[in-house]
Amino acid sequence: MTITERPAYKVIGTRPIRPDGVEKVTGKAQFGADIRLPGLVFGKVLRSPHAHARIISIDTNAAEAMPGVLGVITAKDLPAASDEVQELGEAAFNMRELSDNILAAEKVLYRGHAVAAVAAVNVHIAEEAVRRIRVEYEPLPAVLDVRDAMQSDAPLLSERRFTRSMGKVVSEKPSNVASHLQFQGGDVEKALAEADAIVEREFTTKMVHQGYIEPQTATANWNADGNITVWTSTQGAFAVRGQMAEVLRRPLSTIRVIPMEIGGGFGGKTPIYLDPLAAILSRKCGRPVKFAMTRAEVFEATGPTSGPSIRVKMAAKDGRISAVQMDMAYEAGAYSGSSVGAGAMTMLAPYEVENFRIDGYDVVVNKPKTAAYRAPGSPAAAFAIEQAVDELARAIHADPLEFRLKNSAREGTRLVNGMPLARVGHEECVEAALGSAHYRSPIEGPWRGRGVASGYWFNGGMQSSVVAAVNPDGSINLIEGSTDIGGTRASLSMQLAETLGVPFDSIRPFVADTDSIGHNDVTGGSRTTFASGLAVYQAGMDIRDQMRARAAKLWNCTQDEVVYEDGVLRCPSDSTREMTFKELAHQSARTGGPIAGKASLVARGAGGAYGTHIADVEVDPETGKVTVLRYTVVQDAGTAIHPAYVEGQMQGGAVQGIGWALNEEYYYEEDGRLANASFLDYRMPTALDVPNIETIIVEVPNPGHPYGVRGVGEVPIIPPLAAIANAIADATGQRFTDLPISPRRIVERLHKLE
Amino acid sequence: MRKTQVQVRLNGVDTEFLCEPRQSLLEVLRDELGLIGTKEGCNNGNCGACSVLLNGRLVNACCVLAVETDGADLVTIEGIACGDRLHPLQQAFLEEAALQCGICTPGFIVAAKALLDREPDADEHRIRFWLAGNLCRCTGYDKIVKAVQKAAVEMQEAKS
Repeated sequence: MTITERPAYKVIGTRPIRPDGVEKVTGKAQFGADIRLPGLVFGKVLRSPHAHARIISIDTNAAEAMPGVLGVITAKDLPAASDEVQELGEAAFNMRELSDNILAAEKVLYRGHAVAAVAAVNVHIAEEAVRRIRVEYEPLPAVLDVRDAMQSDAPLLSERRFTRSMGKVVSEKPSNVASHLQFQGGDVEKALAEADAIVEREFTTKMVHQGYIEPQTATANWNADGNITVWTSTQGAFAVRGQMAEVLRRPLSTIRVIPMEIGGGFGGKTPIYLDPLAAILSRKCGRPVKFAMTRAEVFEATGPTSGPSIRVKMAAKDGRISAVQMDMAYEAGAYSGSSVGAGAMTMLAPYEVENFRIDGYDVVVNKPKTAAYRAPGSPAAAFAIEQAVDELARAIHADPLEFRLKNSAREGTRLVNGMPLARVGHEECVEAALGSAHYRSPIEGPWRGRGVASGYWFNGGMQSSVVAAVNPDGSINLIEGSTDIGGTRASLSMQLAETLGVPFDSIRPFVADTDSIGHNDVTGGSRTTFASGLAVYQAGMDIRDQMRARAAKLWNCTQDEVVYEDGVLRCPSDSTREMTFKELAHQSARTGGPIAGKASLVARGAGGAYGTHIADVEVDPETGKVTVLRYTVVQDAGTAIHPAYVEGQMQGGAVQGIGWALNEEYYYEEDGRLANASFLDYRMPTALDVPNIETIIVEVPNPGHPYGVRGVGEVPIIPPLAAIANAIADATGQRFTDLPISPRRIVERLHKLE
Repeated sequence: MRKTQVQVRLNGVDTEFLCEPRQSLLEVLRDELGLIGTKEGCNNGNCGACSVLLNGRLVNACCVLAVETDGADLVTIEGIACGDRLHPLQQAFLEEAALQCGICTPGFIVAAKALLDREPDADEHRIRFWLAGNLCRCTGYDKIVKAVQKAAVEMQEAKS
């Protein structure tokens, strides 16, 4: 179902088959692990068994002596890294910390931290060689909980880390608190004193993983001339190149990253882990080297998302949210850089709140360095805020959606950082939810309940570069540099087809390597269909201008007299002068040579987007099992270019969020061992765990894009945690403030076993 | 390690390979025989990305030793289409947008084929139950289930 206020288009809004579809349903598409090269050898990583320890010595002799072993490396083989902080798409990386995460130099900071790597003629020998490396450790006390890590007597991950705030060092002693951020507005104390109702709670969530089905892989060849080629599945080939250049201290132009198809990322495939190991070992043994992580390595040693602790105090006065006070502590993992900032800036965005104070802390703990995970920072924050909103609505006997509508943000509402919103669609989403068949249906029966929640994501802009080459037969090769994770070859080709008024099928998109196209930032932050789409639109307009110039030449008139409309060039003053796109393409050689449109830009005007979810659940009081009976996702997509893939994003995000709410967590033993590093024990939703996810696409066009596109990928994972928790509260009369709301938690609460 | 000679019928073609006793069918398919459509997601039978048919039975290739397959009939994703004519399941996955990243897709198609071959009129609940051994992290399963339902109808119609 779509509720729209946009103009009608010819290609946009249709549902063509994606250009890369046949390769993917026939098993021919090549993902990261599928690369095969002459002379290829295989790598394996030795990882730390300790959550925190000093490395005393590493003895690699026995491994190196094994037949079939071609090289062994440790941190000593990495060049000394700079202390520079680089913005690489969705997150900033300190290059020294990035390098230390590739191979630990002095200390291991989490279980799974890479210590050494081996290349061998096959993966079994590499595995055996890894077991023969002897490492002497001095175990150190570990700290796993974010609030514990903030205590002044907590074990320190680094003696060199001091707390920073607003760019200044604010702690006297070294600390695990890497930074403290604050946002405030209005007068919170006064508003709290005058409130009709106040809700005060602490919420906690656990570290969770993106759970992409394809493990990380990297294959590299270091030529004797110093040029390096990398084959990897990544959300951003240029981000891999940038990080590789920093870690290896090589010029960017000497590194060519060839993007393979990517088997899911959700933010987790923006940092690098294996790529420098493959490159350095390749240099050492003179052959291409391939690494592929096991699933346990993916869980233990890539970047999950923070499990924060969030304290909320929220007040209402005269039916409106009058004050919010928040204390948010986000675990960053072993190195600084959690998603606390994004969480703080998005969680109040659905509402107009005058008085607020937010304190956010970025805290290191002895767990893997966190990475982006779909709307990084926002779902956990919404889990807290949207439950508080729900409780306030109940306290003043308001319908939870009506309460949200009354308090809704709209054009001109300021985010907590002071930025005013452009035209946005939260009110439209809540109204669509209110009017939905789902919300108007009764929810009846014992132990059943309904919950709602909203969420917001800024959506990304950043850099994109595309080239569209027009062939003499009128077909077009679209060369882009944005990883296609879920259908962007289709959504970009559709925008070019719309711009040029040509059939979708006449466009063949290609995701190029880093030697073949200008810089493109990562596919992340829900930016690609918007930002690369903007580049595609501009490249299309470039082609239109070039074609108008060609036609003017042929017709002996000025370019201004030539009109381009729906794939046809015309001269309105002379009706005999008319040519189709295809006819003119055929004449390109004799009118001035090949026609190619291009655009390289920093995309401005990314429109933030909202979603509102409705969840119906049934709780089994004996087993604690929660069944999701019905689930509806309402979301403002701006303009849904390919509605089927927009729905797919909405459904996929909702199901990830349902898993986060009910089952998923990093379960750590006290000694820092991850107890559930497998898909069996880290229980993601299966087809049997969820109902059909109903979708309502709301289209409030983004004024910052010629076709009104807003990003759609992140928003749908934000509301489910709270929507499910609110539904469980409705079903049981009990408020659950800690995730996951597992059967054990429910049984303990309902039977007062806590 | 000494290698063993194994003979199978693979996607309708008599095939012979050498493998070590410790090599899984998944490893041999991908690394020795170049059939990369069978994917590795977990290597311990939890994700279903390596679903193949072994004598018509759905198995995870990561949990079968290659030496065990001597004499067997194997079907992988590469054996589902007939030349450039897609199987109704493949066509339905395209039309219903039942894939996003596509890494789990071969496994789902092989698993769904195993179901529809034995239960051509499987209903939604049965499809969800059968496919619970295959993990997809992108789609939320909705469009996958609908694609299987659509293919089932088309396969039934083609038969009658």
